[in-house]
Amino acid sequence: MILQDFIALSPILTLGAFALVTMLAIAFQRHHARIATFAFLSCLFTLVTLPWAATAAPRTVTTLLVVDRHALLYMGLILTATMVIIALSYRYLMVQFREEEGVEEYYLLLLLASFGGLVLTTAAHFVSFFLGFELLGLSLCSLIGYLRTRRHPLEAAVKYLLLSITASALLLFGLALLYFESGAMTFQEVGAILKQAHSVSALWLGGLVLVLVGIALKLGLAPFHMWIPDVYQGAPTPITIYIATVSKAALVALLLRFATEVGVLELPAVAHLFSLLAVVSMVTGNVLALLQQNVKRLLAYSSIAHFGYVLVALLAGGPPAAEAVTFYVFVYCAMSLGAFGVVTVYSSERSDKNRVEDYQGLFWTRPWLAAMLALSLLSLAGIPVTAGFIGKFYAIAAGVDAGLWWLVLALIANSVISLYYYLRLIVTLFGEVAAPATLPEAQTVQRPAFISWTTVCSLGFVASIILALGVYPEPLIELIRQSVSNLFMVAVQKP
Amino acid sequence: MSLWLLILIPILAAPFAWIAQQQSRSAPRWITLGALSVDGLLALLLGTGDHAVQASGHEAWLVESRLNWIPHWGISLHLGLDGLSLILIVLTAVVGVVATMASWTEIQSRVGLFHCNVLLALGGVIGVFLAIDLFLFFFFWELMLVPMYLLIVIWGHAQRRQASFKFFLFTQAGSLVLLVAIVALALLHQQATGHPSFDYADLMELTLSPEMARWLMLAFLIGFLVKLPAFPFHTWLPDTYTEAPTGATIILAGILAKTGAYGLLRFTIPMFPEAMHEVTPIAMGLGVAGILYAAVLACAQTDIKRLVAYSSISHMGFILLGAFAGTELALQGVVMQMVAHGLSTGGLFLLAGALEERYQTREMGHMGGLWAVTPRLATMALFFACASLGLPGMANFIGEFLILFGSYATQPIMIILASLGMVMTAIYSLGMMQRTFFGRQQDTRSVQDLSNVAFGTVLLIAVLQIWLGLYPKVVLSTAQPVMNQLIQAAAPSPTMPHPPSESLLSSHLTTSQGSTP
Repeated sequence: MILQDFIALSPILTLGAFALVTMLAIAFQRHHARIATFAFLSCLFTLVTLPWAATAAPRTVTTLLVVDRHALLYMGLILTATMVIIALSYRYLMVQFREEEGVEEYYLLLLLASFGGLVLTTAAHFVSFFLGFELLGLSLCSLIGYLRTRRHPLEAAVKYLLLSITASALLLFGLALLYFESGAMTFQEVGAILKQAHSVSALWLGGLVLVLVGIALKLGLAPFHMWIPDVYQGAPTPITIYIATVSKAALVALLLRFATEVGVLELPAVAHLFSLLAVVSMVTGNVLALLQQNVKRLLAYSSIAHFGYVLVALLAGGPPAAEAVTFYVFVYCAMSLGAFGVVTVYSSERSDKNRVEDYQGLFWTRPWLAAMLALSLLSLAGIPVTAGFIGKFYAIAAGVDAGLWWLVLALIANSVISLYYYLRLIVTLFGEVAAPATLPEAQTVQRPAFISWTTVCSLGFVASIILALGVYPEPLIELIRQSVSNLFMVAVQKP
Repeated sequence: MSLWLLILIPILAAPFAWIAQQQSRSAPRWITLGALSVDGLLALLLGTGDHAVQASGHEAWLVESRLNWIPHWGISLHLGLDGLSLILIVLTAVVGVVATMASWTEIQSRVGLFHCNVLLALGGVIGVFLAIDLFLFFFFWELMLVPMYLLIVIWGHAQRRQASFKFFLFTQAGSLVLLVAIVALALLHQQATGHPSFDYADLMELTLSPEMARWLMLAFLIGFLVKLPAFPFHTWLPDTYTEAPTGATIILAGILAKTGAYGLLRFTIPMFPEAMHEVTPIAMGLGVAGILYAAVLACAQTDIKRLVAYSSISHMGFILLGAFAGTELALQGVVMQMVAHGLSTGGLFLLAGALEERYQTREMGHMGGLWAVTPRLATMALFFACASLGLPGMANFIGEFLILFGSYATQPIMIILASLGMVMTAIYSLGMMQRTFFGRQQDTRSVQDLSNVAFGTVLLIAVLQIWLGLYPKVVLSTAQPVMNQLIQAAAPSPTMPHPPSESLLSSHLTTSQGSTP
């Protein structure tokens, strides 16, 4: 019995153990390359334990954690994304940091944040929910401010800290209200009591809405998006990727479980609130993205819009919705890794220049990098052969299936708006090469301008994922179907 | 599998065209020409198989190929070739060759990438003409957009940025509406049978409630009319056609516009027959409005490329008119018009591009009197102007005549109005000739006449025009079984969705076919 529990928990345990070893290794000897490799291998080993853990799934370990295929699938996403981010970070830190500043803790914090993410994917109880939420948030906060001698990262870190505190406060208050009403702390019990309640009292609603707002704050849905552009812009670019992919994926995993087991979205009031959030997010994100001159900010606003699309899929309800949401999140992570990955590689050479003009004519000077960015942008815009198209298709299918015509129409209108700014960036890539005025300046910086093999491998991996999912999504769909059936089976099994 | 070759030949040739740039400037051009010729010949080879196979019903594909793709959603890699797609694929290859020839001297920078994009776009177009799974269709439908966009953005003229944006946004908006309708159809199939399907044959058998059919038809119509483009959706066209490099304009006008018409014929008409009947007057009205409006605007243009662009919208109005007329004659006319228009605008844009290359302007006011300077260019321009205004003996005449003749019985007043459009065409086409080639010479710079390559190309199109004008049976008899089928599917008789081929209707139609000029 107890062995089964350990097998089920093995990914979390492995990553936790590796994080500890990493910490000790740093204390023992500082060596950038070695620690980075070790962190990478930690994620890889944890990834290997996933199939093993799947043999024990689905399994409820204590009352806090549920390890099922849903959780394991998202764990796979989180770990893979973390690995790519570590690979991209190595070179970025090499360029941005001086040797004596000490960069090794960066990897430790990354592992801890991912550990928090893993906990979130399995959380089935208020306590584990909150613990994972905080672990992820706090680690990220210090990661954002990791380039501590610069102004922008520090500003971003403070902003993120304030946001995290607000989100946690709202979340805790909401959880407290739910506990007050139901007397239970696991999602399933709360859901069961909510179902039996004849009328949903104001406190119930208040609790649920506060919890959801806490999640929405972290996901950056409008009107809770104010922090997104500043933090995305200020944070070191690999950490921007981390916020866009791992942190959001973990929260979506949790949101799906919470929504399924508690049955929040079946309440009309909450469903209306979420429809509103979806529309506002799509419109705000896309319209504001039109005005941006900074690539990171542009992508930040577009991420707000993309989570609006995810909400449209989520609102459809039932297994098709969960499938569409999961698929979209996977796809979105791949696209973000691609787009921000290029920004990481490029900006580390040109000392964090993120303006759109910096990308003028990139295709003629660095064709592969530009092609990668163009591919990611086309995917974000939802053009076929890329994963983004299948994702958008899935979301639209879920929406149409549930008869959410207005939301689907809003999604389409917004897709068209979003095309405008993606195209603007793509056009810039193919524009005439920028005036040579900036070139001498770039030469004086004398940064090592090599593309390391880690960069090539990680971006190549992301590109192949984007293309593979765009052309042959069947295997992932199959995996997601299994995971979703697992999610819903658990919800039905214990009324 | 041979059908996949049709799509894959251009797509696989594309990277080679790009790489070949390192060898020499003309290597990518030869690769493009080679790939397209092989493709066209292969299509002809596949198409000239046993024509007797074509009976009524969906077994009518000359060649069919089916592979599983995403079985969860009922999506398969399902391709089918019939008379209509055969004609259009051959047209694609021909127009592609013309476009390559037209870019021979115009495109001097990044030659490899240019031809890579041309091949990718054409591969997408061929996919559109072959796909009979609606998801796959949409996949190709979108696939052709990106290379087209790059062609405009990288090699276009001064206002290319704005033009390319307009092009992409308009067509993409239309496509997304189409996508929702396609998804809705698949899900309706799921409600009816328990599993979703995007297959053409499955979806044809779906019975829809009138209201649902109306909405879905509207979405399909918008998607295709934007691409065509029909009257209220045409505003992207003049800018795009004018700013694109000549080769891209030829592809846009010659083939991309035809994908919209193809969508109307292949999907909209047979899938939503009742709903189509309801909107027939409106759609035909839009067609007539497009014909007249664009013709009036064409008369007012001083920019030669814009003039041809507006004339293109005007000709597309005839296609819309014929598609909705619902008689076999008119539908035959539509197919003929697609081919004829592809050839004639291809020629006109090639010549307009040649003029622009020589004088660095498209303003007709700066030209004039060129007949003496560039006799070859002028003669060919006169030829294509005549073709475009529907001179008997040319393919355009057959197309427009069949459309007008075939629709007169249903909508006499509209046809009378549309005929006015043909008069207007004569006015602006001859006006263009007058302003450009006759009169006093404005610009006395000495310029070269049409090069041998370009001259050979336009001669080739001219010969095709005359050949099809005198012997239209090639196109008409190839398309006839498909059009027959279309009429049967569109017949508003839900009680007998697939009457046997020897029904009253079809026997009547075969006789009327015999009397075609």
